[in-house]
Amino acid sequence: MEILSVRNLCKKYEKFELRNVSFSLEPGYIMGFIGKNGAGKTTTLKSMLNLVRPDAGTVAMCGEEFRANELELKQRIGFMLGGVTFYPKQRLRVVTKVIRRFYDEWDDAVYEGYLRRFDLDPDKKVEELSAGMRVKYALTLALSYRPKLLLLDEPTSGLDPVSRDDVLELFQEIIEDGERSILFSTQITSDLEKCADYVTYIKNGEIVASSEKDDFTGAYRIVKGTGDQFTDELKQRLIGYKKNAFGFSGLVTAEDAPRVDHLETSPADIESIMIYFEKEHRE
Amino acid sequence: MDIVLSNTSGKPIYQQLFEQISAQIVKGELDRDYCLPPIRTVAKELRISVIPVKQAWEELERKGFIYTMAGKGCFVAPFKPRDLESKRNKLVLAKLKKDVAYYKELGLSLQQLLKLIRSHYDS
Repeated sequence: MEILSVRNLCKKYEKFELRNVSFSLEPGYIMGFIGKNGAGKTTTLKSMLNLVRPDAGTVAMCGEEFRANELELKQRIGFMLGGVTFYPKQRLRVVTKVIRRFYDEWDDAVYEGYLRRFDLDPDKKVEELSAGMRVKYALTLALSYRPKLLLLDEPTSGLDPVSRDDVLELFQEIIEDGERSILFSTQITSDLEKCADYVTYIKNGEIVASSEKDDFTGAYRIVKGTGDQFTDELKQRLIGYKKNAFGFSGLVTAEDAPRVDHLETSPADIESIMIYFEKEHRE
Repeated sequence: MDIVLSNTSGKPIYQQLFEQISAQIVKGELDRDYCLPPIRTVAKELRISVIPVKQAWEELERKGFIYTMAGKGCFVAPFKPRDLESKRNKLVLAKLKKDVAYYKELGLSLQQLLKLIRSHYDS
């Protein structure tokens, strides 16, 4: 059974539109949500949580339609959206006291455990925390009622490499029992190489791909060659390309790869796939 | 159970897992009915995603190295010494076929190949 299912989510703004965003996730997996700034990641997450009212589409979490069961479902999902804004002058223990009352399943032992693990001092004021500490605090709050599904908007941004590694390890611990899942957006593709099972890529408000990570990277190849080899016929096949003084590099689908086997080809990673997709139609 | 993954070998992760675990079973380093750790624990420990581990476990099961008990986990299949030998031979043959084809392509005769193998086997 799917723990998360998003079907044909649409939201139209004056200058931006989410078009038929669909993807799904089963329990026990981590999905990375990638896309350039402004591609629609946060809008998608907010639309899923009904913080932005979608024009069309359905969202189901833990097998239930979200909007019909919003209050009840929010007990079972943890979310963290960018720009964590807790009251800055208050101490963490006070903020926590307010928030814990919203959750029937709040577990103080779990909460204390994460405070220790993240080295968070409950007597500090929110404004005294570094950006990374704020993320860790927000994660602590989102995890302390042991939600089945976590929706996290850039949880690793602003964290140093060591803290990021801690957070990713924590993600793998969370899904270890096979019953919980995590969807998180990120700009740091190495985060995904480390722990994501699935990758969903959004571009200009539309999903380009949502698949197993290895299928996603396996679907493309990087191709390189000299200026002379950059023919019009080849250009047609390239999803995106970059020209330099000595030649070019570009991205082809794995299906097209045999047709360019006279050129130097290599496997593509998530980052280069994104870069070439965004370079589409650009000289 | 020992697993050491290489990021640079170019071999897919699931294949590395399969090869290392099947080798340990064939060599008798993992006893019959040894309980393999849950796939998500393996993923967490090795800092890789869940899916390649799942693929490796499925492959191990398909080839008869392990069996699954619903709700309990995966276990090393009971082998008679004769079975182990035939499993090992199958693994060796699969690799040997590929390698021999490659050597043939390079124009090596059987004599030359055997000579090379002899000189390297003990070193």
